[in-house]
Amino acid sequence: MKRRLILKQLTVASALAMSGWLPQAYAQDTIKVGILHSLSGTMAISETSLKDVALMTIDEINAKGGVMGKKLEAVVVDPASNWPLFAEKARQLISQDKVAVVFGCWTSVSRKSVLPVFKELNSLLFYPVQYEGEELEKNVFYTGAAPNQQAIPAVEYLMSEEGGGAKRFVLLGTDYVYPRTTNKILRSFLNSKGVKDSDIEEIYTPFGHSDYQTIVANIKKFSQGGKTAVVSTINGDSNVPFYKELGNAGLKATDVPVVAFSVGEEELRGVDTKPLVGHLAAWNYFESLNNPVNKEFVAKWKAYAKAKNLPNNSTAVTNDPMEATYIGIHMWKQAVEKAQTTNVDKVIDAMAGQQFNAPDGYTIMMDKTNHHLHKPVYIGEIQPNGQFSIVWQSKGPIRAQPWSPYIPGNESKQGL
Amino acid sequence: MKQHSKMCKLFLSGMLLACWHAWVFAAAWVDPSTLQRLAGDSSNDRLQAIQALGQSDMPGAATLLAALGEGKVRLSGDGRVLVLLEGSAAIDATTGDKVSLSGNEQPFMLNNRLRRAIQLAQATVALFAPESSVRLNAAIRMQKEVDPAHIPVMERALQREKDDRVKSAMQIALAGMQLKSTDPEVRLAAVKTLGASGIGAYQPALNALLEKNQAGQPTEPDARVRHAALSAIHQIDRHQALLSWAGNIFFGISLGSVLLLAALGLAITFGLMGVINMAHGELLMIGAYATYMVQALFKSWFPAWMNWYVIAALPVAFIVTALVGMALERTVIRWLYGRPLETLLATWGISLILMQAVRSIFGAQNVEVANPSWMSGGWTVMGGLVLSYNRIAIIIFSMLVVLMVWLMLNYTRLGLFVRAITQNRRMADCVGVPTGKVDMLAFGLGAGIAGLGGVALSQLGNVGPDLGRSYIVDSFMVVVLGGVGQLAGTVVAALGLGAINKIIEPFWGAVIAKIAILFFIVLFVQKRPQGLFAPKGRSAE
Repeated sequence: MKRRLILKQLTVASALAMSGWLPQAYAQDTIKVGILHSLSGTMAISETSLKDVALMTIDEINAKGGVMGKKLEAVVVDPASNWPLFAEKARQLISQDKVAVVFGCWTSVSRKSVLPVFKELNSLLFYPVQYEGEELEKNVFYTGAAPNQQAIPAVEYLMSEEGGGAKRFVLLGTDYVYPRTTNKILRSFLNSKGVKDSDIEEIYTPFGHSDYQTIVANIKKFSQGGKTAVVSTINGDSNVPFYKELGNAGLKATDVPVVAFSVGEEELRGVDTKPLVGHLAAWNYFESLNNPVNKEFVAKWKAYAKAKNLPNNSTAVTNDPMEATYIGIHMWKQAVEKAQTTNVDKVIDAMAGQQFNAPDGYTIMMDKTNHHLHKPVYIGEIQPNGQFSIVWQSKGPIRAQPWSPYIPGNESKQGL
Repeated sequence: MKQHSKMCKLFLSGMLLACWHAWVFAAAWVDPSTLQRLAGDSSNDRLQAIQALGQSDMPGAATLLAALGEGKVRLSGDGRVLVLLEGSAAIDATTGDKVSLSGNEQPFMLNNRLRRAIQLAQATVALFAPESSVRLNAAIRMQKEVDPAHIPVMERALQREKDDRVKSAMQIALAGMQLKSTDPEVRLAAVKTLGASGIGAYQPALNALLEKNQAGQPTEPDARVRHAALSAIHQIDRHQALLSWAGNIFFGISLGSVLLLAALGLAITFGLMGVINMAHGELLMIGAYATYMVQALFKSWFPAWMNWYVIAALPVAFIVTALVGMALERTVIRWLYGRPLETLLATWGISLILMQAVRSIFGAQNVEVANPSWMSGGWTVMGGLVLSYNRIAIIIFSMLVVLMVWLMLNYTRLGLFVRAITQNRRMADCVGVPTGKVDMLAFGLGAGIAGLGGVALSQLGNVGPDLGRSYIVDSFMVVVLGGVGQLAGTVVAALGLGAINKIIEPFWGAVIAKIAILFFIVLFVQKRPQGLFAPKGRSAE
């Protein structure tokens, strides 16, 4: 019995060693690329699809001959929604696996936790999610939106005649850094537009809050004082009970519209969308955008989900962070080809001004100095089928302002 | 529902028929200039076109308006407006002719501004509808308008109105529009009506009467009206305060009933049997997923009975989770009785395994569990407080479950054995109670009740692999506070925690409320470790 166990362990160990050793045999003609997204834990809901879209993009690049004649090789790790583990896994990717670049992170806290590692080891991170700004690092490229590319245009829309001419605002969010900072920026923006503090109400809930009865009753009461809109930075998961309560309390989108910054196609998959119709979301990309590049992107993703037999692949959707991941990988490829090396400093230099024909309908550009993309802004209305119909769009791509002018003391912090 | 849509279809086809007749005599179905503006790009034009449709008595106006509201309007490439019918048939709104769709038509895009205009236009028409419920809804909708332009319509509707409830709603709506009347007597009467209505939405308009202009003169010249406005504002304030208290109490009971359903299963497994079951949350989750499966089953096999899938999910969830619970008890927990630390670790491990298993089978995404139509929406009481049907249903359901558990423990043989074992396991064993079997059944019962709780939770929030995590702490809190081994304690603790939470929340916010509750429990358990209801007299252990 015991001998057999040892034998078994030996075989397993040697098999593992072989599998670890084999790819290294031809390692010189691949470039390793790290993917750092939670595949388990609370964030798995959102991040799993980013890992898959990254793998799809890498397959696509490899099918066209790879980068500088070398194939890309993805190294996928699972930081399990555990912030310190993000830093550990990032270190492992960079020093042990020797990846040329890492695509990953979702929450701001995970980004903050890997940041020192990337700075210390001078490596490269592409961060694909909309965030609160107030950060600009040499080792990070931000392919999601800064506040002026999402939050501020959305509030401007709500204040416009077309958006309902809201006079009072409820800023509702989950209690952590992204909503707090965004709401700070929004409050100061609203003040600059002449909205008094008495017409702004900030409400925060704990993570995973599920009882929105009191909050909805408060919103209803607040809305009696004049045309009200809700700006929601509630985290993905808690949105369902919130919208359900809103629908049941009879607050319709025509009375009190809610614009959400964290609700996209992927989040709406697990939701009964009937009570949500007419509520809004602001992003830089929607699956429903009607342009040839996007049609191709959506078709490619659906085919990939089906071919790889991903869970629920019959209802596969694309969303903004997935598009941002796709853009990020392609832009990195272009930068490497321009620099003719994967050397981090040279690639960072080559990234400036890089252009890519993106699914959001524009040839978008990486800013020459601030590591953020110039992105178009769209405001979409939730449809019964879980997609968005676009009700407003910016005139063209907007340059990011990671340091919001609405936070005092930011005037001096502009470049790197 | 089905019948309703059939009626609608019948009604619509009847209307269409009428339109056909009208078309024979009149040349146009809807005013062409209106249609032109509707098909145009400018949102202001569209808005005006919708307003015009509301006032138009052309044959197709009402149908077109209704179709706009339901999103059944398409624009063809050459600028024609088409109203969708069954299949690929449509009506050309210019002529009222039946045409077939080519497939290249674009949907008519609405935004909230246009939707509001459509609702208003429909409401002005519906004020004269034959059914009193439709008229009542229309009158309530009109209460949102303060524009004096609607006064003639309201007056006309009020003259014809017979139903008292509709009449008073219309009077309130009319009063809201009359605040800017030139006649002080009319204003005075309007202010008094609004005060009596207690509707908070009129407060800003009443406040405006009391404001002073730049010259320091009150905007309202008549002192009597100002006085009445002041007392009307107080009246509304009082009514709103009453509403918010009634609301808080209802919300508290509702939160309490959710906590109760989440904790009741644990009250049996932990409270009566002393098993620290960290996988309790995952049993809730399995109940919720069972609901999802039943819903999927109904969707594909009995779509006509879709509204009742929740009822069918109850026994299914109970049996499935009870079986899972009994399997757990047989394979893991029974070997660990009397070793709480090991039980805790083992069940924690089981909870991780169950979560990952569900994640592998159903995916990491949440799954969609829809409320049946009888659980959507709410019941408006006291002119402003909305009690949502799903919350009411869950309060009633939790009471039924408590009753069932109580009857089971007190009036069945199994209950007798469970109580005997709780009091003195060894003695019970000696007098012939099959303790092993009873343990299994009791654990199954606790698990099954957790499954029932899962069905209820699936109607309120997310159904995903992490569902259990958010309830496990709350469940233990309730059971410990209530007193281990006491059903009544669990009930009182759940309702009490819910009520305290909801009374604190409006003042301090949800985050502080949660912290305050935890703090309160820590203090309470320090003072009274045995919980609210401790077993009296000689305890066996």
